[in-house]
Amino acid sequence: MSSTAALPLAHKKKRSYAWIYFLLPSIAVMLVFFIYPILLTFYYSFTNLALTGEAAKELKFIGFDNYVRMFQDPSVRVSIWNTLIFLIGSAVIGQQVLGFFIALLMKHKNRLFRRVIGTIVLAGWVTPEIVCALCLYSFFGDEGTLNAILGFVGIHDVAWLYTVPMLTVILANIWHGTAFSMLVFQAALDDVPNEIEEAAVVDGASKLQILLRITIPYIKQTITTNMMLVTLQTLGVFGLIYAMTGGGPGTATTTLPIFMYNQAFVNYQLGYGTAISLLLLVLGIVLSLFYIRSMKE
Amino acid sequence: MNGQQRKWIYRILPYAILAIIGLCFLLPLLWVLVASVDPNALQSLKMPASFTGANYSEVMTSQENQRAFGIGLLMSLGQALIVVILSLLAAYPLSRYQLKYKKPFMLTILFMTSLPITAVMVPVYQLFLGLKLYNNVFGVVLFFVASSMPYGIWMIKNFMDSVPNDLEEAAWVDGASVFTGIRKVVAPLMVPGICTVAIFTFSGSWGNFFVPYILLNSPEKFPASLKLYQFFGQYGMVNYGQLAAFSVLYALPSVVLYILSQQFMSKGFGLQGGTKG
Repeated sequence: MSSTAALPLAHKKKRSYAWIYFLLPSIAVMLVFFIYPILLTFYYSFTNLALTGEAAKELKFIGFDNYVRMFQDPSVRVSIWNTLIFLIGSAVIGQQVLGFFIALLMKHKNRLFRRVIGTIVLAGWVTPEIVCALCLYSFFGDEGTLNAILGFVGIHDVAWLYTVPMLTVILANIWHGTAFSMLVFQAALDDVPNEIEEAAVVDGASKLQILLRITIPYIKQTITTNMMLVTLQTLGVFGLIYAMTGGGPGTATTTLPIFMYNQAFVNYQLGYGTAISLLLLVLGIVLSLFYIRSMKE
Repeated sequence: MNGQQRKWIYRILPYAILAIIGLCFLLPLLWVLVASVDPNALQSLKMPASFTGANYSEVMTSQENQRAFGIGLLMSLGQALIVVILSLLAAYPLSRYQLKYKKPFMLTILFMTSLPITAVMVPVYQLFLGLKLYNNVFGVVLFFVASSMPYGIWMIKNFMDSVPNDLEEAAWVDGASVFTGIRKVVAPLMVPGICTVAIFTFSGSWGNFFVPYILLNSPEKFPASLKLYQFFGQYGMVNYGQLAAFSVLYALPSVVLYILSQQFMSKGFGLQGGTKG
């Protein structure tokens, strides 16, 4: 019933090119405010665009200078490294593995129990990132809940946000994002036919064998898709880190988005900031392409 | 350890692990809920000596906060409405006609849904300065609309594909125009899809901090998200109780909408919808 041939001919003629008008408004909005800025990113990254100083008066094309600077700048390396640690820690290991683990443990468990735990995990996901930042900031704070609990066992006043800042923002992002993976994997695990697993049990397979040989291969598609979505999400995380640690102490939690922000809006080096945006964008594009390919297979 | 005991442990262990995970997720959240009704709230979770609604009434009666919430609602509602209307229009030909470049177009759309918005903020800022849209609430809405159009089109098109042509054709035979067909036949049949998109778009901008943070600079134009950050970022965490009450109020729309959206997403949460071409 989806074929266009079924439509009355008269209608088809009358509306010949009318569809352009249907698409026009959304394409126009996307072109101006989304695609054009992406193209601008390429252009600006080759300029000395700045908000203050000499460069603010005269926009100059400076070739690959920003890129040369980027590759020589040790803080870029630090930010890339931080971004990778943040991605692997919070997205790949944290949200993905923990989300899968929770979904797996929840399978066939008491309904009420599932619902209670599920709701708690979901609450972190539904909560806006700034509120998450606040909650986790005070949880890890010097006089926060974690230290209050540890006080009972004789460990006093650990400055979590200073001694292990990266760990705190990773845990914050896990707190915020794990529910997504949990939901995705719950749906995927429900789709695994019980008969296959039962047959494996009859054949004497252990729980671990069933997991590695049957369950995981069965939901492989979901794992790759989810991995890409979660990674892309995490790549753009700004507010959570910015509000919790401001990228510090020093550059300890300065990921690429934070570094980009600092260069463009704190040091007013928009051109340089854009070159860093492009790095982020290229990372996103590479991951997106991989994601689309994995979906099409 | 005999077989019986081992069996018992295997049965209990998952519950114990899940309970511990649940507790870890609960503690930070519990703090914000408890502190919001504690007249002497501290940074750590503690049982309040007495309960009070004063934090909430302080936060709610402040005109600045009311304005921040108003602006936030205006921005998010406006965005959701525009996205739904434009997506419905755009999805119609994509779903109903055989267009030459439909496939590459849809792939581009899908591709755009996953780009990190963070990466385009610097050029968007520059563009907004040039277009005189900087520090303009409506400008922020326009950018929000543009950045959520790909997701809106993708979802609405998939939902529309599952609405059969027959009913619409019947309406045409009865003399309805294409527009009337969309409005009276197609749209009502995809209410769940429309609501899902509207809710997701609303929550997306309601919870977004970075976009208004870059594109706005006068405090009287700040939406709730920026107000909250200002509250605890710049002025230090002086009043934990009020801070917590503000946070709870600010998180509330997202929570309520999520619960509502559950009714529309009866088929659970999967990635299957995304695989339709």
